[in-house]
Amino acid sequence: MPNTVLTVEDLSVTFALHDSEVHAVRDMNFTLTESEILAVVGESGSGKSQAFLSIMGLLARNGRATGKAMLGDINLVGMNKSQLDAYRGKDIAMIFQDPMTSLNPSLRVRTQLAEVLVKHRGFDKDKAIRAAIEMLERVGIPEPAKRANAFPHELSGGMRQRVMIAMALLCQPKILIADEPTTALDVTVQAQMLDLFKSLTQDFGTALVLITHDLGVVAGVADRMMVMYGGRAVEKGKVDDLFYDPRHPYTLGLLHSTPHIAHRAARLDPIQGLPPSLEHLPKGCSFNPRCAFRFERCLIERPPLTPTGEGREKACFYEGELSYEKVA
Amino acid sequence: MLGYALRRVLSAIPIALIAVTICFFILRLAPGGPFDGERALPPLVLANLRAHYNLDQPLVVQYFIYIWRLLHGDLGPSMVIEGFSVSRLIAIGFPFTLTLALTAFVIATFVGLVAGMIAAVNQNKWPDYVLVLVVMIGVIIPNFLMAALLQLWFGVYLRWFPAGGWVNGSWMHLVLPVTVLAWPHAARISRLMRGSMIEVLGTNYVRTARSKGIGQRLVLARHAIKPALIPVVSYLGPGLSYLLTGSLAVEQIFGLPGIGKYFITAALNRDYGIVLGTTILYMFIILALNLIVDLVYAWLDPKVRYR
Ligand SMILES: Nc1ncnc2c1ncn2[C@@H]1O[C@H](COP(=O)(O)OP(=O)(O)OP(=O)(O)O)[C@@H](O)[C@H]1O
Ligand SMILES: [Mg+2]
Repeated sequence: MPNTVLTVEDLSVTFALHDSEVHAVRDMNFTLTESEILAVVGESGSGKSQAFLSIMGLLARNGRATGKAMLGDINLVGMNKSQLDAYRGKDIAMIFQDPMTSLNPSLRVRTQLAEVLVKHRGFDKDKAIRAAIEMLERVGIPEPAKRANAFPHELSGGMRQRVMIAMALLCQPKILIADEPTTALDVTVQAQMLDLFKSLTQDFGTALVLITHDLGVVAGVADRMMVMYGGRAVEKGKVDDLFYDPRHPYTLGLLHSTPHIAHRAARLDPIQGLPPSLEHLPKGCSFNPRCAFRFERCLIERPPLTPTGEGREKACFYEGELSYEKVA
Repeated sequence: MLGYALRRVLSAIPIALIAVTICFFILRLAPGGPFDGERALPPLVLANLRAHYNLDQPLVVQYFIYIWRLLHGDLGPSMVIEGFSVSRLIAIGFPFTLTLALTAFVIATFVGLVAGMIAAVNQNKWPDYVLVLVVMIGVIIPNFLMAALLQLWFGVYLRWFPAGGWVNGSWMHLVLPVTVLAWPHAARISRLMRGSMIEVLGTNYVRTARSKGIGQRLVLARHAIKPALIPVVSYLGPGLSYLLTGSLAVEQIFGLPGIGKYFITAALNRDYGIVLGTTILYMFIILALNLIVDLVYAWLDPKVRYR
């Protein structure tokens, strides 16, 4: 039985606006075990980034998180920043959506890496730099000693993302959150990067959360998957199960709008309609305006996320067969 | 970095020459002259005087004579006070003017940066609102009015500091003039710093820094301050030149022994020698300041060095 490294319970994120608030994430629950890769997928604005930023204590000033994110017996949610600093960067690390702007342009790469080890491992500066260079080599950066002296703008996008990966893995964290780590990179580099993630997290026993809106990235990399819609998880389960037998109409729609995966359909079909506005979610199931399988109950009542056996969960009232012909 | 510095110094030379030329001709083409006194001088005396200062030569010849002397470090004689010269004036008054302006500059820059930072970190909380108020006072009240208010309140009413004058150079005499000079400068710096710091604190790379758990102090000191300084530094050069020129008026108001008094008298008397010499001195200082700013810039923003 692998160890549980993170347990998230009823995690919600709200942002205060001038005279209202938006709920970017609601009642999220999941666990992560050692070495596991969890994919979090959903359209833009579904709350993927905010959920994990809240765990890292990195919400914008108007954001508030409630619920629990238990790292062992420590709740990271709502912890004050200076206490949180003992864990972030050490036990839980994050790689961000945009490698081009996520490194400090005015500091050398080695400075940005070494400070992590100085803080969390108590290394002196020289030792930290040597360890940083080793890690750069490990993530496949050629001439790591030279690159360590470079400023970020002297490196290509792929190289910068490797630096970000090296930075996040310096302390061999228990959990690594990678927020769309490959979106900004070209396709060949994307594949290399995914391999790198996979092998390094296996080596270190790190659990990886892979946030993406590209199901093509999930296939062949992730173990489990959580599909988000309008701030809530709507389906969870093993990647293979969800790919071959999706049980939520939104998951089905996502699959059919992804190249390479939509093999069962002759053509590629984007999901009809627009992603919902979080401020004006429809009554009942948030997905109902775009759903081909909806019936009366969906318009009135919100389906809760419920187990359906084999470690799967879905938030949908429809129990019949989900077939793509019906959607089209 | 050294190559970059050298390139910048070399490129400043033609700019200096052009600026000297413009100053020279603008001043000389303006109507009136140094010898238009209340009482007309006898023609012979006037002719002698004009010959002595080369004013009888064609303007272009005068220009080359002037440049030639300038290259030898001679900023020219006074044309009104016998035996007085720009170099002498600088020797007498400039150390004081420079001290006043630099004191104000250092204090204002430091206060401005710290205040801007505190306001940015406490955005939309009370320290931020206090700053906005203090900045506004500094920016909207003109320096002569500010001087009068401070003289009245702290000099005449409270008697904490002397309202003016300069007796054996105690620092007490500098407090009010430095405050008048420094306030608007500190106000502008803090406003710039607040804005750029808020921007930097919202960047992805500061978020990355926070995610590493290195602590608020390092996040600010190592990751945020340096990039936040970039827009502020570009204001420092012009800022110091405002202070140097502003100092002339403040010296006059507080009766302080800088070059302000001489410069203002010289301008009223159309003493070409003094006015041109002082203007050119200021121009060199401003060019040098801009150069320094560019070099600091290159240090702050590594991308600049490679352009
Ligand atoms: N500071 C904020 N104030 C108000 N709303 C915010 C704020 N930050 C994020 N949101 C809202 O939270 C919602 C979820 O955003 P989030 O960044 O988690 O989306 P995402 O699923 O990561 O999308 P993407 O794929 O585009 O990255 C969005 O609708 C966004 O408008
Ligand atoms: Mg996102």
